[in-house]
Amino acid sequence: MDPPNMQNMRSPLARAIGLGSAKEGVGSWWAQRVSAVALVPLTLWFAASIIAHTSSDYATFVVWLRTPLTAVLMILLLIALFYHTALGLQVVIEDYVHSTTRFAAVIAVRLGCSALVTTGVVAVLHITLSG
Amino acid sequence: MMPSSKTTRSRPLSPNVQIYRPQLTSVLSILNRITGVLLSASAVVLVVWLVAAARGPQIYVPVQAAIASWIGRIVLFGATFAFFLHLCGGIRHLVWDTVNGFELRSIYISGWAVVAASVVLTVAAWIASASMGG
Repeated sequence: MDPPNMQNMRSPLARAIGLGSAKEGVGSWWAQRVSAVALVPLTLWFAASIIAHTSSDYATFVVWLRTPLTAVLMILLLIALFYHTALGLQVVIEDYVHSTTRFAAVIAVRLGCSALVTTGVVAVLHITLSG
Repeated sequence: MMPSSKTTRSRPLSPNVQIYRPQLTSVLSILNRITGVLLSASAVVLVVWLVAAARGPQIYVPVQAAIASWIGRIVLFGATFAFFLHLCGGIRHLVWDTVNGFELRSIYISGWAVVAASVVLTVAAWIASASMGG
């Protein structure tokens, strides 16, 4: 199966067991792309909205945030953003952290992103539904 | 790793990255990663800002004042450039994912396009913001 030069690269044990890819990395890869595609329009909408509200005071800003379309887009932005962030930071950690702290760091990133997206969504809902 | 000499094969090793002269391709690659990490910090600021807005004007006004301060604006300008660099670099990656634009000439054209677009979009965003009364 393997080309002759590849056979020399693999240890006898690896050749015997047939260890290859974990066969599940493509899930994260695909999710990173899907969230990236979603973030293109969402982040551009957010940037344009922030620019338009440069000189807005609190009351004007909250009135904008209360509209259903704004709330929906902001929540979608938060979900896509922190999903993309968690996947991206995990790749960075896996590339550079080689000790046992890698596991702890990946868990911290996932829990941190979960907490932040929940907090952000609740804040948006609080603004939208109150008053 | 298996320490046994019987199972160890002489595998090819790549030299440390510091040995290479920086090129547009490698610099943009690492910048996409660095801006991604910086934007993660910016995402935390976004949540802080939303929570401040939810808590009411007595919390929101000082947070907004901190963002509008000179230090806040410098950080925000950096975050804007990081955002556009990551956005344009990300779109370049999505094009590559369709197995297009891998010729050396295309890679350099798209690389410089990312740099130029990021600079233009960052400046345009701040000019637009200034014209809105910032």
